[in-house]
Amino acid sequence: MTAVLESSGLGKRYRQRWALRDCTLSVPSGHVVGLVGPNGAGKTTLLSLAVGLLQPTTGSVEIAGDRPASSSAQLAKVGFVAQDTPTYSGLSVADHLRLGRHMNPGWDAKLAERRISQLGLDPAQKAGKLSGGQRAQLALTLAIAKRPAVLILDEPIASLDPLARREFLQILMEVTAEQELSVVMSSHLVSDLERVCDYMIVLVASRVQVADEVDELLNTHRQVTGPRTDLSALPADWQVISASHTDRQSTMLVCTPVPVTDPAWTADPIGLEDLVLSYMSKAVRPSPDSSPALEAQR
Amino acid sequence: MMWLTWRQFRAQGIVAAALAVALGVVLLITGLNLAHLNSDSGVATCHGARACATAANAFINQLPGTGSVPVFFGTIAVIYLAPALMGIFWGAPLVARELETGTFRLAWNQSVSRARWLVVKLGVVGLAAMATAGLLSLFLGWWESPIFRAAALAGSDSAAVTRISPQLFGAQGIAPIGYAAFAFALGVTAGALIRRTIPAMAVTLAAFGLVQAAWPLWIRSHLITPLREYFAITPANVNELAIINNTQMIVRHDVEKPGAWVVSDQTVSPSGHLFSGPPTHACLSANASPNACNASIAALHLRALISYEPASRFWPLQWTETGIFVVLAMALAAFCAWRIGKRRLA
Amino acid sequence: MIWLTWRQFRAQSIAAGAFVVAFGVVLLVSGIKIAHAYSSAGVPGCHGAGACANAATTFIDQLRGSSTELIYYTGIVIVYLAPALMGMFWGAPLVARELETGTFRLAWNQSVSRTRWVVAKLGLIWLAAMATAGLLSLVTGSWASPIFRAGQLAGSDSVSLDRLAPQLFGAQGIAPIGYAAFAFALGVAAGVFIRHTIPAMAVTLVGFGLVQLAWPSWVRPHLAPQLRQYLPITGANVNELVVENNQFIVRRTIFKPGGWVVSNQTVNPAGRPFGGAPLQACVSGPQSACNAAVNTLHLRTLISYVPARGFWELQWIEAGIFVVLAAALTAFCAWWIRNRQLT
Repeated sequence: MTAVLESSGLGKRYRQRWALRDCTLSVPSGHVVGLVGPNGAGKTTLLSLAVGLLQPTTGSVEIAGDRPASSSAQLAKVGFVAQDTPTYSGLSVADHLRLGRHMNPGWDAKLAERRISQLGLDPAQKAGKLSGGQRAQLALTLAIAKRPAVLILDEPIASLDPLARREFLQILMEVTAEQELSVVMSSHLVSDLERVCDYMIVLVASRVQVADEVDELLNTHRQVTGPRTDLSALPADWQVISASHTDRQSTMLVCTPVPVTDPAWTADPIGLEDLVLSYMSKAVRPSPDSSPALEAQR
Repeated sequence: MMWLTWRQFRAQGIVAAALAVALGVVLLITGLNLAHLNSDSGVATCHGARACATAANAFINQLPGTGSVPVFFGTIAVIYLAPALMGIFWGAPLVARELETGTFRLAWNQSVSRARWLVVKLGVVGLAAMATAGLLSLFLGWWESPIFRAAALAGSDSAAVTRISPQLFGAQGIAPIGYAAFAFALGVTAGALIRRTIPAMAVTLAAFGLVQAAWPLWIRSHLITPLREYFAITPANVNELAIINNTQMIVRHDVEKPGAWVVSDQTVSPSGHLFSGPPTHACLSANASPNACNASIAALHLRALISYEPASRFWPLQWTETGIFVVLAMALAAFCAWRIGKRRLA
Repeated sequence: MIWLTWRQFRAQSIAAGAFVVAFGVVLLVSGIKIAHAYSSAGVPGCHGAGACANAATTFIDQLRGSSTELIYYTGIVIVYLAPALMGMFWGAPLVARELETGTFRLAWNQSVSRTRWVVAKLGLIWLAAMATAGLLSLVTGSWASPIFRAGQLAGSDSVSLDRLAPQLFGAQGIAPIGYAAFAFALGVAAGVFIRHTIPAMAVTLVGFGLVQLAWPSWVRPHLAPQLRQYLPITGANVNELVVENNQFIVRRTIFKPGGWVVSNQTVNPAGRPFGGAPLQACVSGPQSACNAAVNTLHLRTLISYVPARGFWELQWIEAGIFVVLAAALTAFCAWWIRNRQLT
């Protein structure tokens, strides 16, 4: 499977601060990718770099097989919904559709109009007068109707109410199935992503912590409980993500390719949300190589 | 892309068109009246220099009563202001507003490259600005042609009717087109660099104002080297005679060159140096008689050295100046395109 | 609230301050030169009308064509433009920007009532605008005072030195303060009603421009108490004599140094406007015969004028009217903001 988003050593620095560092990804196409991390982790930076709104300070990035925004044809392959779903407040819904039609050769007018009427939006209403949820749906329609190969969404549902969020994700799933899109969606709410994503990237403190298929993640991560043990005494193929100790007991989140057979340890599967939270909550020290850093928590 | 540009420019375009039409109507009504007066006075059909001069003077004397004077100067003011206003209201918000409101994240992710987006927007609105300025200048040109023809026949030298004089030059012919292009490009550049609309508007206004003020003073006279001419100063044609501090004497003859722009007028001694004194004894003494003073001045053999641009240089200067401003505008536009393509904006 | 107003207004006030200082420096340097020329031409200590007129004329002629003349006209333009620019850049965005960007939802939910917010913001910047305009007027006025004094002494008939002339009046004294207050209030009102910054700026500019254009012609003549005077027209002093199409126009142009001649009419001995048939002597014949014939008509010029000493009275009246207009506009805006439902 070809990679829809590929980056190598990607980094972006603003004056003194690194917003993104050492980002090496190879995201296969045909997945719905969730990009999750706390606020300020660098999600918007990564997506802006992927779409071509920013230029990298170090490294390179390719999307849909080509440099971002390198040509009109390349732009047509990428659909983008930015944070706060910007729309022209003075233009009506119909005007926005015309905008899409005039500026995108691959525009699917029927699809756009069908979506708008399904959503119940009034074509003559100015975008500035729509509610937040309606604006997000409008922006999504614009991104979808140009028939891209990959759809990039930057925290699209952050400001939506639960019902609007559910509707948005539902429509997203429908479209993804219909059009065979790859989707990269960022959020800081794991519970929403859990429902729809089958590939997860965790970004904390400007670095990628983990990037893998959700199935794989769930298979290889376990919550193990057992007698109090020093970390150095653990099996070699265990990677400890986080650990907490009492006098007698150790509870750890480990990543291991093989099932846990040692009877001293009780291994439980872990939910995606807990998994991600564990990665997000540990302190990160920069690692010498570019692989994700895994540190124990004492 | 063209549709989007028009849709975003719609309101401003309609306002500008309405104002231009309003001004056009005013000029049409008064201009027809003027043409009527002109033919009545017989300027068009006169024969002979003297008869023509009389008819022309009669026509010109009637002008203040017709209310043409405020219309003339008002239109001149509008034509001078129009490029600045278009730079502020059309140019500065063009990119700055998209950056400020974040809508660039929508606009620059359609299947249109940034370069194309900018080129189409710059091109369409820039051409609209140039066309507006050109149209206003055209209206004025039609309206004022009887006045200038009469002024030429009457041998008038008033700066108010010399097309090439600094006060009028920038509002005539094709010069406003160049200014409009430059002001617009300046506004877009300011918006792209400053990224906020209102500061960009202020900066555009200040920068364009400075250029417009400085240009006629320091640059225009060097575009085409002015001609130089000497005039003898005799007691009969001295316009100004003043003695200052008993050490300096100013003698000036205001040279009249009908239709020309006198860039400088200096009094020089026979050796060619600037003359500023000392006062002659005959003029300085307490019981000076005018004849003695005059005779002493005549004995100095002073001359007035003027450098001037004759009326025939009007169109060469217009083309040169417009060309320079259009080139500047295109350089600014290219800089903008490069700058926006640099992708430093999140 | 005062801190917030200052913080939001900081950039504009610094820009304005820098400009006023820069312009002030230019005027200072030039003013020294003028003072020097003034004293060396002998104007301050002159005795007698004739000598004073000569000295004054010498002084003025020296300045003509130099950078001083340029600064003079630039100063006039700046003092006229300043109120319009302050209305556009300070007034229009004041409320419009908060409405446009939605920050009013932050500002109007602090523990400060809307009324207090409006009063503080409007009041402080209003005062700043008036102060700026007043400062510019003061600085240019004191720079130009030698020139005006010389103009009066020289009995000059150049309109560029008549303080009351419509072209100059609005750039002197306290009138700019009134204009600044009005332009600012107009800008705020435009912002409140239009709710978008850039259209509000455009409307402010156009509205204020129209008022400034119409005012000297249509309103100001009725504000000032005017004097009327009859002056005889003789063949010798007639300035304009036009014979054509059975129309006979006889005019004598009257100058009132430092004053403002509002209207000038030629009347016949009975006091009615003169509209007689052309005199035969003037249609064809030598100039002297025409002059003699005009004398027999016993025509007079009726002028209505504001004397030079009426300058300050008119300034106070005009500034007062504009300040009152501004206050009314502002009060209306404040009431509107307080009561309006805004989401």
